[in-house]
Amino acid sequence: MYDPVRVRRDFPALDQNVNGKPLVYLDNAATSQKPRAVLDVLDAYYKRDNANVHRGIHQLSQRATVAYEAARSKVAGWIHAPDESEVIWTRGTTEAINLVAIAWGLDNLSEGDEILISVLEHHSNIIPWQILAARTKATLRYLEIDDEGRLVLDDLESVLTDRTKMVAISDVSNSLGTINPVKEITRAAHAVGAIVLVDGAQGAVHTRVDVQDLGCDFYAFSGHKLCGPTGIGVLWGRKELLETMSPFQGGGEMIHIVDRDESSWASVPHKFEAGTPNIAGAIGMGAAVDYLSNLGVEHIEAHEKEIMAYAMGRLLEVPDIRIYGPSSLEERSAVISFTLGDAHPHDISTILDMDGVAVRAGHHCAQLVMKHFGVSATARASFYLYTTKEDVDRLVDGLGQVTTIFG
Amino acid sequence: MESPQLSSLYQQLILEHYRNPRNKAELDEKTVEIHMANPVCGDEIRLQLRIEGDHIAEAKFVGSGCSISQAAVSMMTTRLQGANLVEADALAKRFTEMMHGDETAAKDKTLGDLRALEGVSKFPVRIKCALLGFDALQEALKKEVGEVGGVGGDLN
Ligand SMILES: Cc1ncc(COP(=O)(O)O)c(C=O)c1O
Repeated sequence: MYDPVRVRRDFPALDQNVNGKPLVYLDNAATSQKPRAVLDVLDAYYKRDNANVHRGIHQLSQRATVAYEAARSKVAGWIHAPDESEVIWTRGTTEAINLVAIAWGLDNLSEGDEILISVLEHHSNIIPWQILAARTKATLRYLEIDDEGRLVLDDLESVLTDRTKMVAISDVSNSLGTINPVKEITRAAHAVGAIVLVDGAQGAVHTRVDVQDLGCDFYAFSGHKLCGPTGIGVLWGRKELLETMSPFQGGGEMIHIVDRDESSWASVPHKFEAGTPNIAGAIGMGAAVDYLSNLGVEHIEAHEKEIMAYAMGRLLEVPDIRIYGPSSLEERSAVISFTLGDAHPHDISTILDMDGVAVRAGHHCAQLVMKHFGVSATARASFYLYTTKEDVDRLVDGLGQVTTIFG
Repeated sequence: MESPQLSSLYQQLILEHYRNPRNKAELDEKTVEIHMANPVCGDEIRLQLRIEGDHIAEAKFVGSGCSISQAAVSMMTTRLQGANLVEADALAKRFTEMMHGDETAAKDKTLGDLRALEGVSKFPVRIKCALLGFDALQEALKKEVGEVGGVGGDLN
């Protein structure tokens, strides 16, 4: 039986008091806490194996390189990548998307071409495309959302034209938790010859993703949201595509032969990994996916579904609450964005914090979503594998305090 | 059950200004307008002043945001109607000192009702909220005094 209380004990940071109360951490969509299994691996790496990778003949460098590449292979397995050399280490989702916008975009887009994204996107899946569009004179177009924060796909066929060269969409929204039908969108985009990038920052964290089944061309995600360290993430891309692309940054590690005026590039993935990488981060991310796999992703998923159903039920009982996003739990991930009466989300967050309950307040890097709903901010509770029903109860109790002060 | 820190943060006076902000409207005959936003949390105001000679003839604002930011601006505008520019600037500086934990400022009676916001200084992430309006005021004074050639005296 999956026991979230036992899982919780794997996470040292969860075992502390905040403002005199046991911490209830409900800001998992921003970043997750780290299990001992990951912390120990980081510690052991720095204490024993620390050396630069792919550069030394000596023992430590060999050990570091083996661990680093083994992590690549683990992370490739997590998303069912057919070939681990398609996994490029990046700083995170943001850098992965920027990599594609620059290394693929600058060579492949020109005036009149179109990039299709959606109103639901995180700023990191909007701004790189805005910059690219400005530089290439391409046009940026948006899929709209309905009043439950779901993508409007009725006119997808007409939005996608032979000018559409890139479709970049998240599989799960960070601000509302909406689960998007990326497989269907990918199929339609490929029908017009567009390339598809999936922003998987929120998608790859609750479940194992299958990039082959999705059929997308690029998939980007971050280690820190799935129990791994910050500063490490992945761009997965189809090999044929990666091989034709220009490098992203120049430097060590990414070259084959260097001459005075011209050089040749290392093969994929190293072509995109200039400079000393975040070795410990990569190893830590490998340990994180091992940790999640060992717990069993099906158990984690089932647990999160149960917590979501419980939380939604309890929150809907709170007077004057307004919950944003899909009403059907089937269409949403473990995120609940809400406002409460005329209390501003910052005030909600401060009051909850005094009760030891951590939620996010603000626009969640999704200002277009906020504008759609006519609010400047929401409060957001996001759950993860260690969230318990008691955590949800503490949230609801805290909201009672908000009502006492602002009601 | 409310913690003492929360009670000192959310004083009735603050909540009252949040619910019924004073001077919240567009000012038709403004001579200066400053747009201030806190990008982290989305608090936003436009402070509008009509400055005549060495004083503020009228002050209004529009905006949205948390209770602290909106109450602070509202309270501030009540103090600005007819205020001398040098006094307005001194008020802004004194208030900022209080927000940064200066205890003599917190006891300074010239701050009047604004002292209700002292509790905010115990919440480091919220200090910016309280300062939004006064930051806008200081911007406005700098801009205006620059233009009118220092009629209000040296504000620095
Ligand atoms: C949907 C989505 N995309 C992109 C990002 C950016 O990820 P990172 O900050 O790890 O690069 C996030 C993280 O907040 C996200 O939730």
